[in-house]
Amino acid sequence: MVETTLDATTPDLLEGPAGKPMSYWQLVWWRLRQDKVTLAAAGVILLIVLSAVLAPYIAPYDPFQGSIRKRLAYIGTPGHFLGTDEQGRDMLTRLLYGGRMSLVAGVTPVFIALLAGSSLGILAGFLGGRVNMLIMRIMDIFYAFPSVLLAIAISGALGAGLGNTIIALSIVFTPPITRMAESVTTQVRAWEFMEAARASGAGTLAIIRHHMIANVLAPIFVYATTLVSVSVILASGLSFLGLGVSPPNAEWGLMLNTLRQSIYVNTWVPALPGVMIFLTSMAFNLLSDGLRDAMDVRL
Amino acid sequence: MSQNGTILAVRDLRKYFAVRGGLFHTVQAWVKAVDGVSFEVQRGEILGIVGESGCGKSTTARLILRLIEPDAGEVRFEGGDVLAASPDEVKAFRRQVQMVFQDPYSSLNPRMNIEDAVAFNVRVHGASRAEARAKAWNVLNKVGLRAEQFGRRYPHELSGGQRQRVNIARALVLDPKLVLLDEPVSSLDKSVQAQVLNLLQTLKTDLGLTYVFISHDLHVIEYLSDRVLVMYLGQVVEIGSAEEVSAEPLHPYTQALWASAPSMNPDERIERPPLTGDPPNPIDPPSGCRFRTRCPHAMDICARATPPLLPVGSSGRQVACYLFTPSETEDLAHREYRPPAG
Repeated sequence: MVETTLDATTPDLLEGPAGKPMSYWQLVWWRLRQDKVTLAAAGVILLIVLSAVLAPYIAPYDPFQGSIRKRLAYIGTPGHFLGTDEQGRDMLTRLLYGGRMSLVAGVTPVFIALLAGSSLGILAGFLGGRVNMLIMRIMDIFYAFPSVLLAIAISGALGAGLGNTIIALSIVFTPPITRMAESVTTQVRAWEFMEAARASGAGTLAIIRHHMIANVLAPIFVYATTLVSVSVILASGLSFLGLGVSPPNAEWGLMLNTLRQSIYVNTWVPALPGVMIFLTSMAFNLLSDGLRDAMDVRL
Repeated sequence: MSQNGTILAVRDLRKYFAVRGGLFHTVQAWVKAVDGVSFEVQRGEILGIVGESGCGKSTTARLILRLIEPDAGEVRFEGGDVLAASPDEVKAFRRQVQMVFQDPYSSLNPRMNIEDAVAFNVRVHGASRAEARAKAWNVLNKVGLRAEQFGRRYPHELSGGQRQRVNIARALVLDPKLVLLDEPVSSLDKSVQAQVLNLLQTLKTDLGLTYVFISHDLHVIEYLSDRVLVMYLGQVVEIGSAEEVSAEPLHPYTQALWASAPSMNPDERIERPPLTGDPPNPIDPPSGCRFRTRCPHAMDICARATPPLLPVGSSGRQVACYLFTPSETEDLAHREYRPPAG
């Protein structure tokens, strides 16, 4: 009926399988599967998680059983594929068990901070005004301290232990996530499509569900995944300083600390926990990069 | 036009925005964004609202839809009081009065394909998924976007003109009676503007719509509108038929506005002095007539009282200027509303 009908000259830019109807989340999932690096990172994370979960079943030795005679065996020693530590405990076993603590101490605080920070931030951004000012100024107080220092201070005050490490790191990660969530919410709220949705007669809940959630949560979620790698490092750092998991438990940061004195006797075995921290942190970083790309429809 | 042909009547609409600041978010000042605006829209016409940026054109449209709550005034749609309506009534009202937004980029959800974006409006009013989709496809085809091809696309894959077609489709999918168009072509290229304007005109005729068309572009307003309403700093200064206003602008501001519009004819020079300076700060507008600080004809009386919007002649023309109204109107109630003669 209108003479200005557009032709099929525009190239099909939708990077989805042609002709297949897809929702936003289906599209994100489809794009993730095209990205080799992200898939590899996800694979590494999956391996680390699986080995940590299955540690009691796949570890060749008891993680606490040492042997004076076998101390600091080299990598490749028969029976101890990755050598032994300064008390003669099997390194492979302790690395597997150490992953449990490190992952719990790395992921849990970010998860808690994600829940707390995004609710606070979205609330502040959505309500604005005085509520916003109150929440954001309180968060600013935490920004006065460098994050590592704050984590050390809180764990120091609470005492050593896995639970306290998690509490300390959750407190450290809540302000940045809150700030992120608040700015994203404020941004999205100002977009005209929010007003257009209201003009259509939609209620607040429908608008939040269909127009806000994906636009707000995607960037917050991506940001939180980058924090996991920081969190793994911080948690290990706290144990290294003796503020996290206490001996004789296996934890990568703690293992680094106790093996540190043996570095002139056996160079490579003490490096192994560091390698694990690096691998985990790197994998989470790459995964978050991939997530960001997959969730950004404009790319 | 007869009174029963009135689809929308706006009376003495006011909105003052608080300027907050300082440590405790206290009110520092008030911006009188819309200050006593009155007009009527006749069924089937295109009413153009024109004025400089910041004069309250867009705010007026948002106040009518109650996207922003007015502070005072009256909005009547087909006789019903919009401002006293319950939430359910507002929802029903918004179904009949739709808006097309200015920015084709931020007015579409980047994470929603255009078919869902258009269908969302139907779903909101309780339609099934399939029904909403069918309606969305139908209206997308009407605005010239073939739904089979474009429906699954995301906004970033479309050009500005195509996005604005989606916006129009979204406004029309609910079969509204009145459409408020807030600068719908301002961010588009000239050639695309023409396409979209022609599309709007075709749709209006085919679907029997009424438009309130907001723009700062006089050529666009003249091309499309039946009647023109000129706003300055939150107030109406002149209303009249498009031909009359463009042929003989009465209010000094309207004259200046039309004089400053570039002519298509290179031999036609601008003779009247175009506008100089910026509009005064709406936080602290001049006393009396708000245009007097830039007006070449300013008189003593202009500083003392706000000129009321009064009919001039018999063609429904209204002007708010003491050059055209006897000075005793100074004693009339402050900007009292008078329906147009005839």
